[in-house]
Amino acid sequence: MEGFWVDTRAFLPLLLRGAVLTVVVTLGALALSTVLGLVWALFRVSQVPVLSYFSKGVVNTIRGIPILVQLFYIYFVLPEFGIELTALQAGVLGLGVAYSAYQAENFRAGIEAVDPGQIEAAQALGMSRGLVLRRVVLPQAFRIALPPYGNTMIMMLKDSSQASVITVAELTQQGRLIASSTFKNTSVFTLVALLYLCMSVPLILFAGRLERKFGRK
Amino acid sequence: MIALEDVHKSFGDSEVLRGVSMSVSRGEVVCLIGASGSGKSTLLRCINGLETYDRGKVEVEGRRVDSKSPAIREIRADVAMVFQRFNLFPHRTALENVMEGPLYVKKEARSVVEQRAKKLLARVGLEDKERAHPSQLSGGQQQRVAIARALAMAPKAILFDEPTSALDPELVGEVLAVMRALADEGMTMLVVTHEMGFAREVADRVVFLDRGAILEEGPASEVLTSPREERTRDFLRRVTHP
Repeated sequence: MEGFWVDTRAFLPLLLRGAVLTVVVTLGALALSTVLGLVWALFRVSQVPVLSYFSKGVVNTIRGIPILVQLFYIYFVLPEFGIELTALQAGVLGLGVAYSAYQAENFRAGIEAVDPGQIEAAQALGMSRGLVLRRVVLPQAFRIALPPYGNTMIMMLKDSSQASVITVAELTQQGRLIASSTFKNTSVFTLVALLYLCMSVPLILFAGRLERKFGRK
Repeated sequence: MIALEDVHKSFGDSEVLRGVSMSVSRGEVVCLIGASGSGKSTLLRCINGLETYDRGKVEVEGRRVDSKSPAIREIRADVAMVFQRFNLFPHRTALENVMEGPLYVKKEARSVVEQRAKKLLARVGLEDKERAHPSQLSGGQQQRVAIARALAMAPKAILFDEPTSALDPELVGEVLAVMRALADEGMTMLVVTHEMGFAREVADRVVFLDRGAILEEGPASEVLTSPREERTRDFLRRVTHP
């Protein structure tokens, strides 16, 4: 046990640096996936056939390709087309795009779960389509989509470790580097797991609180 | 003010409206009665463009109702609607529900709208429920908020689609009382209802719709007490002695 505390003091600063990158990748990808997911979902329910099919095609394509392959594609293939990204940028972009497909499905389910009577009541007040969406549909869809959104946040935090394959020195990558040079596998990966828990447990509690707050009304 | 001329509407193979012609004048209260599936609600929804019609003409104050045209929004602001299931916005308070239309559709000033919304809630007897969300209100209270929401648009007419059908029997009276008061104030109303007592007491005219066509219409006292048609008599017997 004493050895563990010694290892902790030695490795924690480096691991924390990795944890910061984990947070950056997660937040970046979360923002990107939320915006893109909302765009796909709105395209899908737009009743404009071209947009709807486009969204369906994009979402199915993204869902059909493993995240790792998407990350490799963005980091290693895009430069061949003149698009050079840093590992961090590629990680955020890859995870953001990959998760946008799941976000889109969450948002679409939320939008479609809104009672059609709500839309009729809004239309009967003389609201335009945009206003119906903004004032009536999206606020209610948001509440419905919140529990799966919270779940997605937690999954993204953990899946940010996949960015390590394209050399983003986030928490898992830092752990692997330290472990391979010190062979202190138990200490290092226990610390890595604990750091992930320190980040995900508050997130789980936060998601639960949001759900309770908005689920009530 | 509302005029329908030879209106036809089908859902797939089933013809729901078969050449309906009728009108509602300013200040008139017309009750639309008929068995379920006779096309009453569809007819009502054609008037504010929530439903399209296949043939014929629907006009509100001389303006043709076309649900695909942007002008439909002006017609909807003029002809409010109260729904069977209230359809209040659950994420907003009673006061916010009432303010929503004037604030965001008519873009009136918030302070003016708020004062008016408070007065309207008081008028339907809910001044103490301004901050309540719909889930905290009874069905009757929700329907009264919905009526206040309709009134907030200062409509020229209100369409009521079975406003008491979803209510527990003891809550029907409070909603009918509000509607009766509106009729007394001269509001133009077209009401789909099974409340024959209300129709008899309040309606200037009763229209009996049967299988998508008007079978009989006239003053409430005539149609409801001495109907000419056998099917009207049948319907009234079933409604009054279920």
